[in-house]
Amino acid sequence: MSSLPRRIIKETQRLMQEPVPGINAIPDENNARYFHVIVTGPNDSPFEGGVFKLELFLPEDYPMSAPKVRFITKIYHPNIDRLGRICLDVLKDKWSPALQIRTILLSIQALLSAPNPDDPLANDVAELWKVNEAEAIRNAREWTQRYAVED
Amino acid sequence: MDSDNDNDFCDNVDSGNVSSGDDGDDDFGMEVDLPSSAERQLDADDYQYKVLTTDEIVQHQREIIDDVNLVLKLPTPIMRILLNQFKWDREKLLEKYFDGNIEEFFKDAHVINPFNKAPEAIRQKTTRSQCEECEICFSLLPPDSMTGLECAHRFCLSCWREYLTTKIVAEGLGQTISCAAHGCDILVDDVTVTKLVQDARVRVKYQQLITNSFVECNQLLRWCPSVDCTYAVKVPYAESRRVLCKCGHVFCFACGENWHDPVRCRWLKKWIKKCDDDSETSNWIAANTKECPKCSVTIEKDGGCNHMVCKNQNCKYEFCWVCLSTWEPHGSSWYNCNRYDEDEAKSARDAQEKLRSSLARYLHYYNRYMNHMQSMKFENKLYASVKQKMEEMQQHNMSWIEVQFLKKAVDILCRCRQTLMYTYVFAYYLKKNNQSMIFEDNQKDLESATETLSEYLERDITSENLADIKQKVQDKYRYCEKRCSVLLKHVHEGYDTDWWDYTE
Repeated sequence: MSSLPRRIIKETQRLMQEPVPGINAIPDENNARYFHVIVTGPNDSPFEGGVFKLELFLPEDYPMSAPKVRFITKIYHPNIDRLGRICLDVLKDKWSPALQIRTILLSIQALLSAPNPDDPLANDVAELWKVNEAEAIRNAREWTQRYAVED
Repeated sequence: MDSDNDNDFCDNVDSGNVSSGDDGDDDFGMEVDLPSSAERQLDADDYQYKVLTTDEIVQHQREIIDDVNLVLKLPTPIMRILLNQFKWDREKLLEKYFDGNIEEFFKDAHVINPFNKAPEAIRQKTTRSQCEECEICFSLLPPDSMTGLECAHRFCLSCWREYLTTKIVAEGLGQTISCAAHGCDILVDDVTVTKLVQDARVRVKYQQLITNSFVECNQLLRWCPSVDCTYAVKVPYAESRRVLCKCGHVFCFACGENWHDPVRCRWLKKWIKKCDDDSETSNWIAANTKECPKCSVTIEKDGGCNHMVCKNQNCKYEFCWVCLSTWEPHGSSWYNCNRYDEDEAKSARDAQEKLRSSLARYLHYYNRYMNHMQSMKFENKLYASVKQKMEEMQQHNMSWIEVQFLKKAVDILCRCRQTLMYTYVFAYYLKKNNQSMIFEDNQKDLESATETLSEYLERDITSENLADIKQKVQDKYRYCEKRCSVLLKHVHEGYDTDWWDYTE
């Protein structure tokens, strides 16, 4: 692989120096483009108290194309499917090279606070979220307890 | 063609330009606007379309920009973005411009209002002398290495170059590339792109992309669909018309298919879809097969008795073909089939019968359609052999002009074949009535005359009987030509007077 672009080096440094509350991203020791990410569930959301593991990869043409991000921890959310893939505009057509790892992870955290069942990725979850939000939120809490809370 | 004329054209079509989407609605919309066949006859020679080269298309774009700018006097790059937003419909653009809120007009078009001077702060920023950090590459750079659009989001030149190149080459965007800043929808104009991108290949690609979007969204333009042809046809008003490209390809302007008179675009599209998908295969299976009640393998019964033994070696189930239950209680003859439910069997038979007959009907038209298509392909070979015959004839004391009838005959043969081919599509969707029977008679007559002409050209020409055969060929092709036009005229008359009922 070609040498690491200045942008990635700088961005990583700043991420380490000024971490975002509730978000932790550490580059893999063997691959500076691969990040181990931890996002804590936002307060007042069904994901509160959960600690969610994600993986983030910066592709060859980053920052011209968006980072690839995926949930590793199972999560009950209408915009995140069983494989952990995330439906988020800034990861797709709304990506701008002026965005950063930091901003993307903040967007993902915001997505946990505000699920959008009208633009679903996990259809069954989104369906329930629309017809019976209370039950959907209960499920999300249960999953959070089961998969995202360490004993 | 001067710009005044262009304006006249736009007046004829009130929604001059809409996206050239492929959905059927468009076709339908066009049909409503079709002039009557009397008019069609009258202005048949007045339908003056033009075949444009890529350079002429670019030129035509400039003419439209200049034309609107006679009124609006905006910078050319902005005008181009605005026109593109309005699908190159200048009437709509002007109407919106003079009609509503100017701020909103520019906002909707993703352009900074050129009449608003940039805020002081930004002007100051650009004249600042200390280094700025590029938000993309995080480099600290002097102000002259940074640039941005009117929205004042500034990035360094090399990041801009890389950003634009990615958008153009990887994503295939042209006129719709927006500012690199997050959430900013201000569009990058073509002058800025050409200024920032130096790579000639990327520039060429960009030019292709904006030219292509110009042609695609302009309802009065269509690329010639022929492979590798780079011409586009420009028409005075959009409708189903026969147009001839400079490359020799003849097509329907409205739908881009081969010229398909007498069938209309909408039905042809349905037909092509029907022929392409597998629905007929499954219809055949439904009409002619049953499934083994145990292992569900598909079985076609091609004779023999009703005592079935499944050929699937893992199944070997014995059952009755009629009632599909196990053979055991049937004894030796299916007439003892005590499970036979009269009503159920009858409705099953009826359903299958119906499928069979609709399949037979489709195949009837499809076979004839394909047959003419196939023959047309051979006719192309005929051109070669006819050329050779023409040379032979000229060696037999015939002049060049005297042998031209042969080429003309092949021309007419091809045209008749093509018409015949599409008459079967027309007929497939046609309900029987008196007029449809007249149509079928016309079709039959043209078909047999066409076959005779084809036979003359294929076989009967030898150097011995030249004079004789020439007369025969000429008589026949004149007859074919006449019958072809009678058939088409009759169909068009039917369109105008609503003779035709459709099956769907």
